[in-house]
Formats: sequence, structure tokens, C-alpha cells
Amino acid sequence: MVLQFLKDVAIKVGPPRGLLVPFPHGFALGKPSDAAGQSRVLSQALSLLERKDLTPPHLSVYQEEAPGL
Amino acid sequence: MAETSELSLSVRLFLKAYPWRKIKPTPWTQLQKPLSECKLALASSAGFVCPDQEPFDDHFKGGDPSYRWIPTGTDVSSLIETHRSQSFDHSGLEQDANLGFPLDHFRSFEIEGRIGALNHRHVSFMGSITAPGRFTAKSAPEFSQALVDDGVDVVLLVPV
Repeated sequence: MVLQFLKDVAIKVGPPRGLLVPFPHGFALGKPSDAAGQSRVLSQALSLLERKDLTPPHLSVYQEEAPGL
Repeated sequence: MAETSELSLSVRLFLKAYPWRKIKPTPWTQLQKPLSECKLALASSAGFVCPDQEPFDDHFKGGDPSYRWIPTGTDVSSLIETHRSQSFDHSGLEQDANLGFPLDHFRSFEIEGRIGALNHRHVSFMGSITAPGRFTAKSAPEFSQALVDDGVDVVLLVPV
């Protein structure tokens, strides 16, 4: 399971399970010290592992607005 | 969202020319048990090291291909970031290492029962590797096998 920043790179590499995050490099989980926001990103990534309907390579898009970065 | 257009010209040219490796068929393993019973390890490309570990060598030609083991009991705030790239803002990682190594969050997930257990160690490497041959031929297979031997079911890779 991998978090991804750049969609075109994610498509080129095609990891088995990827979550595309709407944040800039260096801020993979969002804002510093935003524990709740970071946890939401991780939860969404983990939820991909539990899905049985996915086929590889799978890329999901994180479903929340980027917190003003 | 990170866009390729936001990167410097040299980085964009590098990304365009880089021989991205796509493995076909895509390796795929379905979880054989609930996530709440799985052992998880973190992998981070932020170049974090523990205070008593050697920093990644930013003069290593082609990018330092080595890796470090980060024990699960590590105080995340003590981790030192030694990533050599100047193409991204490091201030977030300096303020909050969980952005690149979310160990505190996974401790919470373990307590909550979201995951079964954290592995006793996690892997850290430095993602700016322009010549990845040594990393893909030696480092990655080595730490991957070690994680398999540890009984790890899931690895989450957090990039920078």
C-alpha cells in the first residue's frame, strides 16, 4: 500500500494499491500537527486493503479537500 | 495537490526521462485475514534516522541506497530527517515527523484494534535515488525479506 503525490507517476509505476493524496511533496498526510486530518488519510489508505473488489493496479483518490497548504 | 508543473524545470525533465519501472503483472496479494488481525510495518522514503544512526550520505553518487531499521518504540520526534533533495519543502517534516513516518498514528490504530499489531521494526530509506540499481537489487529485497521473516502482513509506504 503506497501513498502517491503525482498521478502521472502513479500511473506509470502502477503499484498494487495506491492512494493519491492532494498535498504537496513533504506533506504526505496533510498539515503538520493535524493528528485528526493525518489519521483520516491513513484510515482511507487502510480501507483499500480491506476491499475485496479491487484489481491491480488500483489507484484511489483521497476524498477530502487539502487543508489550505 | 502536487502537480508536476509546480516542480522546477530540472526536476520535471528528470521525471520525464526517468526509466520508471512497472512490474507486470502487478504483484497482488489479497489480505488473508481481517486487518484487525494483521501485523503492519511502515516504510518511509523521507530519509529518517534515529539519533544514534548514521545519516544518509547526501554525497553518495546516484543516491544513498542504504536503509535503516526504526524500532517501534522510537520517539518519532527524535527522528532526524536526512533526505538530500532540495525539490520539496522540508519544513513539514521538521515540525512533525509523523508526516513522513506516522508511527504515532499506527500506535493508536493498534490500541484501537484497527490493526492487529505493529512490527517491532520499520524501514527508512532516502528516496532521492537517481541510480536505483543497488537499491532494487540489494536493499529492497533484503529489507522486504526481513519483513516477511518478521511475519509482517502489510507494509504502508509513505513517500515525501
